[in-house]
Amino acid sequence: MGAGGKAMMDSMALSVKGLSFSYGPQAALLGVGFDVQRSQCCILLGPNGAGKSTLFALITGLYHAREGRIALGGNEIKKSSFQALSQLGVVFQQSTLDLDLTIKQNLHYHAALHGISRKQANNIIHQELERFEMFERLNEKVRHLNGGHRRRVEIARALLHKPSVLLLDEPTVGLDLPSRQAIVSYIHDLTKEQGLAVLWATHLIDEVYPTDQLVVLHHGKIQITGTVSGVIEKVHAENLQDAFAHFTQKEVG
Amino acid sequence: MLLLHYLRAMKGIVGRELWRFVQQRERFFSALVRPMIWLFVFAAGFKSVLGIAIAPPYETYILYEVYITPGLLGMIQLFNGMQSSLSMVYDREMGSMRILLVSPLPRSFLLISKLLAGTAVSIVQCYVFLAIAWCYGIEPPVMGYLWLFPALVVSGLMLGSLGMLLSSFIKQLENFAGVMNFVIFPMFFMSSALYPLWKLQESNEWLARLAEYNPFTKNVELIRFALYGQLNIEALYYTVASLLLFLFVAIQGYNPSRGMMNKKKGR
Repeated sequence: MGAGGKAMMDSMALSVKGLSFSYGPQAALLGVGFDVQRSQCCILLGPNGAGKSTLFALITGLYHAREGRIALGGNEIKKSSFQALSQLGVVFQQSTLDLDLTIKQNLHYHAALHGISRKQANNIIHQELERFEMFERLNEKVRHLNGGHRRRVEIARALLHKPSVLLLDEPTVGLDLPSRQAIVSYIHDLTKEQGLAVLWATHLIDEVYPTDQLVVLHHGKIQITGTVSGVIEKVHAENLQDAFAHFTQKEVG
Repeated sequence: MLLLHYLRAMKGIVGRELWRFVQQRERFFSALVRPMIWLFVFAAGFKSVLGIAIAPPYETYILYEVYITPGLLGMIQLFNGMQSSLSMVYDREMGSMRILLVSPLPRSFLLISKLLAGTAVSIVQCYVFLAIAWCYGIEPPVMGYLWLFPALVVSGLMLGSLGMLLSSFIKQLENFAGVMNFVIFPMFFMSSALYPLWKLQESNEWLARLAEYNPFTKNVELIRFALYGQLNIEALYYTVASLLLFLFVAIQGYNPSRGMMNKKKGR
C-alpha cells in the first residue's frame, strides 16, 4: 500500500481490508474488504450464516484474524486496540444488559469501563435517555422493560462514550414493527446529525434507506458494495429485494 | 488521566459484581447455607469420631468444629471461584462478557479486575459466615479476623483464577456437574479442610501425598494460620505461585489471537 493508500485508510472511520477468518477448516470470511465513512450508514446485508457476526467479532477485537487488517479512525485493532476500541460503540445481537440491575447501574458500569467520571456520566446518561423519553425510568430494573425499551437502553449505552463508529448486529430482531421503525429512523438521524459512521448488520430489506451504502455478504465473501440504486442497477433488478435475491439465492462457487 | 481510567474501570467492575450479589438473594442465601450445613450438621456428627491432636496453629485441644472452620472458609471461596467461572461461561454465551471485552483497556487488566470482583464477593460471604460461627461458639482471636483479610484476598484470587482458567476451556454451560465432580469434590476432599494430613497419612500414603500438593490444601492452611494471627509462609508461597500460574494460563485462554475462543464456533 502506498502512502496515498495509507492516508486514505486513516481518513475512513472504519476500514476493513483483505480479512479472512476460519473456524478450524471451515472458512467463515474470505478476503473481506470495505470502508465506512463518517456520516455514513452502511448496511451489511446478508442471510443468516453469511459471516456477519464473525465479522463483528473481529471488528470488536473478540478474536484476531491472521489475515487482513481492521482500522478504526486509522488505528489498527490488533496494534492499537486502546485507541481503536475507544472509538467504537457496539450493540450486539443478543441483549447484554444485566437484568437484575437498574438502567442506571447498567449505564454507569459501561461508563466506568470507558473511564468516564460519575458526574460526567450522569449528564450524558440524562441526555441519551432523554432522546428516547426514557429518563424517568432510570431506576427501573432492566428485567421489567420490554424488548424495544431494552434495545433503546443498549443503544444509549453504546453511545455513552461518544464513539465515532457504531456497530449494530441485527438490533431489531424480535421487536414489533413500531419499535423497529423507531430504532431504524433514530439511527439514521444520528448518522446525519452527529457525523457517526454506522455499520448495521441485517437481513431485513425494509430497514435499508435509499441513501445508505450497501455491503452484501454471502458465504463469507462480499458479493457487491455500493449505493442502493447502484446495486439495483448493476444487476438490472426491479428493486432491492430482487437484487438481494440475485446475490444470495444463486450458488456461489 | 489514564490511571484514572484504570481505577474507574476497576471500581465499576467490582461494584457491579457486589450489586449483583446483593440483588440476587437466593445466591447469597445458598452461599451461606452450604458451609452452615457442614458446620452444624456434619461437624456435629463427626465430633466424636475424630479427635484432633494439638498441632500448629492451635495451642490447645480443639473441637472438630473449630478445626473445619478454616476449611469451610476455603470451601466458600472454592465454590465462589467456580461459580463465577461458570457465570463467565454464561456471560460469554449471553454476551455481557463481550461488553467487558470490547471496552478499551487491556484484556488482562479487565480479567484481573473481574477476579478481584469475585474475590470481594467471596470475602463478604466469609465474614458473614464467621459472624454466624462466632455465635455458635467458634471464637478465634480478634487479631485473627484482621490477618484473615489478606489471606482471603490471596486465596480468593487463586481460586478465582483457577475458575477463570476453566471457563476459558469449558464450552458450554451444562458442565457444572463436571466441574463439581472433577474439580470441586477432589480438591475439597483431598485437602486438609476436613481432616489433618497426618490423619490421612495413617490410612493412605498416596492420598496424603496428593493432598499435600493440592493447592487447595495450601489455601486452607494459609487461612487457618491467618485466623490465629500467624503466617504460614510455605502456604503463602505455594498459593501465590499457583495463582500466578493459573492466571497466566487463563489470560492466554482469553487472548484474542491465541485463545480457545478462536476454536469455538460463533454465528
